[in-house]
Amino acid sequence: MKCCALIDSAAVARLIRTASAVALLGASAGGLPSSASGADTDSRNSAAPTAEVPAAENRPAVELDPRLEEAERRRIEAVERALPATVSIFVPGGGGGGSGVLISPDGYALTNFHVTSPAGTYMRCGLSDGRIYDAVIIGIDPVGDLALIRLLGRDDFPYAEMADSRRATVGQWCMVIGNPFLLATNLQPSVSWGILSGVGRYQYPAGTLLEYADCLQTDASINPGNSGGPLFDDSGRLLGIVGRASFEKRGRVNVGVGYAISINQAKNFLGDLRSGRILDHATLGATVATDAEGGARVSNILQSSDAYRRGLRYGHTILEIDGRSVSTANEVQNVLATLPPQWRVKLDYLDRGERKSTLVRLANLHGFDELLTKMAAALPPPPPVPDAPKPDDGSEKPAEGSGEDDQPRGDERPPGAEPTGAIPEAVAKLFEARRGYANYQPNRLKQQALVDALRRRFPPVATADGGEKVASTPGVVWRVEGVSDDEAARPVKLQIGDGSYSLIVGDRTVQASKASELYDGVLAGNASGLLACLEAWRALLVQGPAGYGECYYRGQVPLLGQRPLRDCLIGVAGELEAAWLLHPESGALEAIEVTADRDADPAELLVTWGTDPAQPPTHLELRYGTQSLLKLRVETWELGPTAEGQP
Amino acid sequence: MMQCLPCCLRVLAIAWLVGLAAAPTSTYAYEADLGVLVRKSQRAAVKVYGAGGGGLVAYQSGFLVSPDGHIATAWSHVLDVEPVVVLDDGRRLNATIVGFEPRLELAVLKIDAGDLPFLELAESLPELADPILAVSNLFGIASGGEPASVMHGSVSAISRLDARRGTFKTPYTGTVLILDLVANNPGAAGGAVVSVDGRAIGMLGKELRDASAGVWLNYALPSSALREAIGNIIAGRTVVASDTESPPLPRDRSHHPESLGLDLIPDVLEHTPAFVDRVRADSPAARADVRPDDLILLVGNTRIGSQQGLRETLRRIDRRDRVVLTLQRGAQIVSVTLQP
Repeated sequence: MKCCALIDSAAVARLIRTASAVALLGASAGGLPSSASGADTDSRNSAAPTAEVPAAENRPAVELDPRLEEAERRRIEAVERALPATVSIFVPGGGGGGSGVLISPDGYALTNFHVTSPAGTYMRCGLSDGRIYDAVIIGIDPVGDLALIRLLGRDDFPYAEMADSRRATVGQWCMVIGNPFLLATNLQPSVSWGILSGVGRYQYPAGTLLEYADCLQTDASINPGNSGGPLFDDSGRLLGIVGRASFEKRGRVNVGVGYAISINQAKNFLGDLRSGRILDHATLGATVATDAEGGARVSNILQSSDAYRRGLRYGHTILEIDGRSVSTANEVQNVLATLPPQWRVKLDYLDRGERKSTLVRLANLHGFDELLTKMAAALPPPPPVPDAPKPDDGSEKPAEGSGEDDQPRGDERPPGAEPTGAIPEAVAKLFEARRGYANYQPNRLKQQALVDALRRRFPPVATADGGEKVASTPGVVWRVEGVSDDEAARPVKLQIGDGSYSLIVGDRTVQASKASELYDGVLAGNASGLLACLEAWRALLVQGPAGYGECYYRGQVPLLGQRPLRDCLIGVAGELEAAWLLHPESGALEAIEVTADRDADPAELLVTWGTDPAQPPTHLELRYGTQSLLKLRVETWELGPTAEGQP
Repeated sequence: MMQCLPCCLRVLAIAWLVGLAAAPTSTYAYEADLGVLVRKSQRAAVKVYGAGGGGLVAYQSGFLVSPDGHIATAWSHVLDVEPVVVLDDGRRLNATIVGFEPRLELAVLKIDAGDLPFLELAESLPELADPILAVSNLFGIASGGEPASVMHGSVSAISRLDARRGTFKTPYTGTVLILDLVANNPGAAGGAVVSVDGRAIGMLGKELRDASAGVWLNYALPSSALREAIGNIIAGRTVVASDTESPPLPRDRSHHPESLGLDLIPDVLEHTPAFVDRVRADSPAARADVRPDDLILLVGNTRIGSQQGLRETLRRIDRRDRVVLTLQRGAQIVSVTLQP
């Protein structure tokens, strides 16, 4: 066979038996990996001694194949690279625990929702440096079984580099590091080594909420307590978050089959997790069935779905979602279940033999109240640990937590309902309870940060000391002039401010004086959507988040189906919902969406900037769905007091 | 030292991959070659779907042993019906049971396809500590055209199961490969154990549990013990499916269960297994020590899938001729000759 030509099996056998002889002679000095961390800590008490080997002089002089030594050296390096980022999570009060992995130097760590849920808002986390850190809940994804927590006390945490889990292949080496059976009471995580047994696996929902899609299957040993911990590739890069295993009749121990949520799914949800919200998953608003002749055929579709508005119909065949080709119903679900709701992604489908490409907005899988109810019902019990170790048994434990044994286990409480008096002050300061949120504080801070970013750019805002420009304060009107960016090149005049909105394109004029007129314009899909979008921008600059009935940071979303993911702020005022999309690095406002009716297309304003953030945008484009209604090349953008006369 | 051993074996797993490396300068070269071996194993693996129920899963694993569609799999309840086989390329085909060898818990299936990827069967036993891949559809994880699951490990012991007879309830008494991976799970039986040279060195056996300790065994039947039986079955030299070609004899000149002194359990299912309910005194069956609860597997070389199959087979044997029965009695396989 072709394979045999690649393999010198006799040499392999010789090599193995040589190594076997070495190993059996007790050559622990010969390169066996030690499980101790590379960190400078004196808590390294579990690993076998590596110094003296008795009767060493009796060993035959065996030459190890240099490639074996090289492979072993690489493996030890990978373990040393990966180990410091691994978190051993303990629920205060002996309520269980699990594992996690740090993903940023400021202490953000990923774990499973089912690990944090018994703890609620506050966990204690051990690292291999031998220290225990307090951690606060940030965001949770009960459907995808992910949670984001933040370890406190450092801004230089070791963290894991993320791999691209789409490139993972069956048979590649991998390792699981974590806190199986909560053994890491000495804060030294356990390492198990294996291969990927399968990729792109789909696991049916367990209970009512949990769904594992597009996950990685490994034979590296996974046991209760490994939940939430990292699956690394063989160079120590993060491939996934361990979360589930096929525990069947052998009891709740490793049976050679463990699953990890792909790190690419976690990347998709990371921005949303940082919002502190309780997250939902997405639906296309259509069901598909695998066709007998192959292909994922639409078997049902909601007329209110965006997919329907974009032309998807019963009987069409879905070819690609978000750039990933699909050919079975399972594959469709494998892609959809890894995407957050409200994302707009590329969809390619076959309509009577014709390939069509469009953008669809994904809907929420659950109603908001439905999600909270199901989550409360589906809270899994903490991992069964016969002798849950108490964190205060160890000498490493800081003194201030001694009263925490009185604290209830918290597994019946919804996240956020924790009495703040029972948790350390440093944690309590970083937590704000609010319905619908795992922790409202990160959301509030991010809202403010985004508005601040907007205010640092054009148009300028009045400074507190009454500085030279009095631009976006109440009573200020934006006057924009330019030409339509088409062959006609008609002159365009815009005025936005204080109950007086007007748009003049050539000889056509649109005027409005109150929000309800803007609402009707968006609903009708006409040009006054441009006024609604600009008013949303102006109002946010003037009033900030407080100016809206409800304002929140949604997380990160693609813009027109494209990455990088943009920060997305939402504001609801009356019947209009506005969304502002900002570039994650520059803070530039790139799009404003105003929705009048969830079952209709929102008005969408794309904003294009030049190089100078102090200068006005160069282009504006109003779109509904995938249609462009008006393109405008901006010439002047003036900020002035209320106009006397209407244009 | 004892604790060190499994750890050492893991190191060896690296050793063989290093052995695969084409050039040591390319640090990732071995991964590509491991990928080749994984794919080769997966392409020959098949999913077998058949009978189940009552806590028994209706699927198991198998692997192609010839380019013409012969499949080695475990002989089990799944094969109580003619199974359906799904190939690595997603093709779903009806299979026929060519034959089986109850003492080896082996069955050979045939699908109507050609030019298929297959695994060669190793002629000799592996060495202790040889690294291996195990490919199977354990837990039925892979559905449709998804590739089977692959696990890695090594041969941690080569031992005879009958050294502790009665501990493990299996008719197989020969040498087994004890594996250091959790390979024998529901649905894994019939999966291939593949060596670094890409040959099948064994077939994963059915789940076995130590009756006293409750420990599950991770093991494979070595190819060296299966080769001959597989070859014989493929060549038609051994057990064949029910013979329905030759015409039955007249009822009063042929055998039937009652003529041999056998009362079977009530025939209430479409395929009621041929379990003996009672043995009539002074009958051929009684003289041959057939016992209640024996399951009739074979009449001569003919597989008995049901009570109806038993009657049809006996109708083709002259009442004056002796009948050779192969019986399953608990975990044992027993051959008896009934003399009229």
